[in-house]
Amino acid sequence: MIVPFHHLLVLATLLFLLGLMAVLVRRNLIMILIGVEIMLNAAGLVLVGASALWQQIDGQVLVIFLMALTSAEVSISLAMVVYLNRRKKTVDVRAFDELRG
Amino acid sequence: MSFEQFIFYLFAAAMLGSAMMVITVRNTVHAALFLALTFFSAAALWLLLEAEFLAITLVLVYVGAVMVLFLFVVMMLDVNLAQLREGFVRLLPVGIVVALLAIGMMAYVVGPGNFGLGKFAEPTGHPADYSNTKELGRVLYTVYVYPFEIAAVILLVAIIAAISLALRKRPLTKHQNPDSQIAVRKKDRLRIVKLEAGTRQPINLEDKR
Repeated sequence: MIVPFHHLLVLATLLFLLGLMAVLVRRNLIMILIGVEIMLNAAGLVLVGASALWQQIDGQVLVIFLMALTSAEVSISLAMVVYLNRRKKTVDVRAFDELRG
Repeated sequence: MSFEQFIFYLFAAAMLGSAMMVITVRNTVHAALFLALTFFSAAALWLLLEAEFLAITLVLVYVGAVMVLFLFVVMMLDVNLAQLREGFVRLLPVGIVVALLAIGMMAYVVGPGNFGLGKFAEPTGHPADYSNTKELGRVLYTVYVYPFEIAAVILLVAIIAAISLALRKRPLTKHQNPDSQIAVRKKDRLRIVKLEAGTRQPINLEDKR
């Protein structure tokens, strides 16, 4: 472990905060998905750091599953963005605030 | 501060700065490219944290596949940027408050009271002939083989869902119709003509034309 674990936690927390800000503030659907990506990457950073701290490989295995599920999530949600854009000709989240499609 | 620590903090600053640029930059294409820079810096950090295989995988999967997918969708959709920009400043204070509350709650739950590092003894490092990739494969295909298969099934579901969501049937495109293809019989396509054998007709090419 080359740096103290606290520094790593602070770093991942800041990265998670930035991703959360992207989700909360931006109106673009694609930017919201990018924010989700950043948050998941912060979670992966914590897992890799904990794996390096305790010298256990399990955290890195969990990161592999995180990557697989993130890829699945991104592909489905971008397909949904394409579909929604085809219906309403916009990617603004305010256009999709009703249950009736 | 050693050289490795200097590199670590350098990439950490690059990662935070590019993530900041992601959420503030106006153009979506620029945001996607800054996200690629964020992932590159994260891969460097993971490399310094002794996760060599995952660092390479991060570059291959995220920068190679996910970012291309993002850029593909961004460039395929015709997005009106000025209209989307309106609510940014108005939503910013709300976003900051909610994000800080969430972070504070996480810090309270996962704080030093519950997960303090003093509660655990720090293990020694790996020997020199330790292979990260080999150990990862050994654990992944023995202990975690069941989650591994579930992840494979989830990826298959994602493929089918993405295709069925994005597939669009236009009226003008030509499709095959398997029903009519199967229902075809011999008499629909083939006509057997009886020709008289033995009487040779002289062919006059000039008349044929």
